[in-house]
Amino acid sequence: MSIFSKIKRSKGDPKILRSGPSSLSSGDRLAKRLGWLGIGLGVAQLVAAGSITRALGMEGREGLVRAYGARELATGMLSLSTEKSLGLWGRVAGDGLDIATLAGELDRYNPKRANVAGALALVLGVSVLDLVAALATTARHRRSQGKQVSYRDRSGFPHGVKAARDAGNRAPAARSRPEPSRPVAFPAG
Amino acid sequence: MRALVWHGKEDIRYDTVTDPEIEEPRDAIVKVTSCAICGSDLHLFHNFIPAMLPGDIMGHEMMGEVVEVGHGVNGKLKKGDRIVVPFTIICGECDQCKSGNFSLCERSNRKKELGDTAYGHAAAGLFGYTHLTGGYPGGQAEYVRVPFADATHIKVPEGIPDEQLLFLGDIFPTGWQAAMNCDIQPTDTVAVWGCGPVGQMAIRSAILLGAKQVVAIDCLSERLGMAEAGGAIPLNFEEESVIDRLNELTDGKGPEKCIDAVGLESHITMYQPDTVLDRAKQMFMLENDRPHALREMIYVCRPGGTISIAGVYSGLSDNIPLGQLMNKAVTIRTGQTHVNRWTDDLLRRIEEGQIDPSFVITHTVALADGPEMYKTFADKQDSCIKVVMRP
Ligand SMILES: NC(=O)c1ccc[n+]([C@@H]2O[C@H](COP(=O)([O-])OP(=O)(O)OC[C@H]3O[C@@H](n4cnc5c(N)ncnc54)[C@H](O)[C@@H]3O)[C@@H](O)[C@H]2O)c1
Ligand SMILES: [Zn+2]
Ligand SMILES: [Zn+2]
Repeated sequence: MSIFSKIKRSKGDPKILRSGPSSLSSGDRLAKRLGWLGIGLGVAQLVAAGSITRALGMEGREGLVRAYGARELATGMLSLSTEKSLGLWGRVAGDGLDIATLAGELDRYNPKRANVAGALALVLGVSVLDLVAALATTARHRRSQGKQVSYRDRSGFPHGVKAARDAGNRAPAARSRPEPSRPVAFPAG
Repeated sequence: MRALVWHGKEDIRYDTVTDPEIEEPRDAIVKVTSCAICGSDLHLFHNFIPAMLPGDIMGHEMMGEVVEVGHGVNGKLKKGDRIVVPFTIICGECDQCKSGNFSLCERSNRKKELGDTAYGHAAAGLFGYTHLTGGYPGGQAEYVRVPFADATHIKVPEGIPDEQLLFLGDIFPTGWQAAMNCDIQPTDTVAVWGCGPVGQMAIRSAILLGAKQVVAIDCLSERLGMAEAGGAIPLNFEEESVIDRLNELTDGKGPEKCIDAVGLESHITMYQPDTVLDRAKQMFMLENDRPHALREMIYVCRPGGTISIAGVYSGLSDNIPLGQLMNKAVTIRTGQTHVNRWTDDLLRRIEEGQIDPSFVITHTVALADGPEMYKTFADKQDSCIKVVMRP
């Protein structure tokens, strides 16, 4: 690892003066933020399950909070990866679970009802963002986007495949080289 | 000048940067007339190759006009020359260069220490690639500095358009070397995994080198269609079993020669559970690559056969069936391409009209459209196979 931390760009290399348009869309950027949010929340749920259950009046359900934390962590990491759509849809499904669980704690005998309501509002807000990001990245990265073209006419051989094959069959020198790893010639120059 | 700059995973930007300057006596500055996006760029785009830095300029497939030369270039190259730049930077003087092993040049990697630590012994410097190979600014830009320019170039004649010559710098010799490393005999079946630009060039090369039959494996219909046009038998791995079909085509014996033009980002599918496991391990940094195609090759290859790896792998791969490999006496040949070893011959073939490598180009755009085309190419959208950009 330490060798990677020593890497620097060389002195004479071009430097950025102004940054321009990126390959990342706004949906991709949102996915990144949500991914990091998920990882942060996941870690918090895993290491501080006790404080969370106390704050929500859910004592005794630490195991569930930790399991949800693991889920947040997994879907968060996926949302940061090249499989981000999968991660975001996983987050949307997870939001459903969170909402159902919190709604169940919203009964009037829970002394921490106000905290639960606050948490629920937060989750509802995030779930809208998750849904927006999931829809946006799915649409943007779907393979079927754009035209479907056939390249069945592109042989690359100006005289046709048959002529190329014939040339190949006629050229024994090119066909078999006892030591193909030996150089053919010194570079042009 | 304008350039495509790496800022992080899937984040390539069309930035304004300072112009490159002559730094060493053997440098030249080239005004880029055409450049392209390579499958290797996708590995950087997806951040699977370590040691990239935000601010690195992308691109290792480029050609153009020499606009300035250092005083050490010694007349071998002069202002106004039209050249294709090979993606491997070569000094032309070290032991490896003298043996024609240009991608192993011992002097061109300016971060040799880093390369030595990562690879045991460093390989050549490459343009627009990781700092393990020197971290040289690439050619998806208006201008590029070419180190050791008196050796690192392919002079090309006027009168042939850029599109036909550009690929001399990488994918054409890469496909060619993949086939040459197979030492193709007239009785051979050559199976090519991956019908991206490199696979397409490997297919044409195998035909020109006289293979009995060439089988092209992929799951993208437009790429299989292009492979079939070049004389290959298409095999869609989502529709039929690769192993069964290859055995059927070879009287149950398996192909003598197998070419890997897929590399470390094998397609992930539930039907190939090893790819899902590899992906999960990649995410937890327990494995660098997804070598599904390679596992398949080792299994199906005819005993005594050859596996030629052109696809790029970055580090550690798990579950490589060494038992099959060893017991079947399979030869493996690998390497980044020794570009200049092949280019005299390949340029002659283009000039004689044996092959026109421009067949692979599906998108020609301005450099400003580069960031969007990275996405299109990476997501295999819009029937995209090869993107050429004009700065
Ligand atoms: N050795 C060299 O010097 C050199 C030079 C250029 C490129 N490369 C490498 O060659 C590889 C291909 O490059 P490209 O430009 O053609 O990229 P590409 O991404 O366009 O092509 C890869 C192809 O492999 C297919 N594929 C994925 N999984 C597969 C599987 N399991 N079986 C069969 N096909 C599968 C994909 O559908 C795709 O068509 C990359 O790894 C690239 O880095 C190496
Ligand atoms: Zn390349
Ligand atoms: Zn050298």
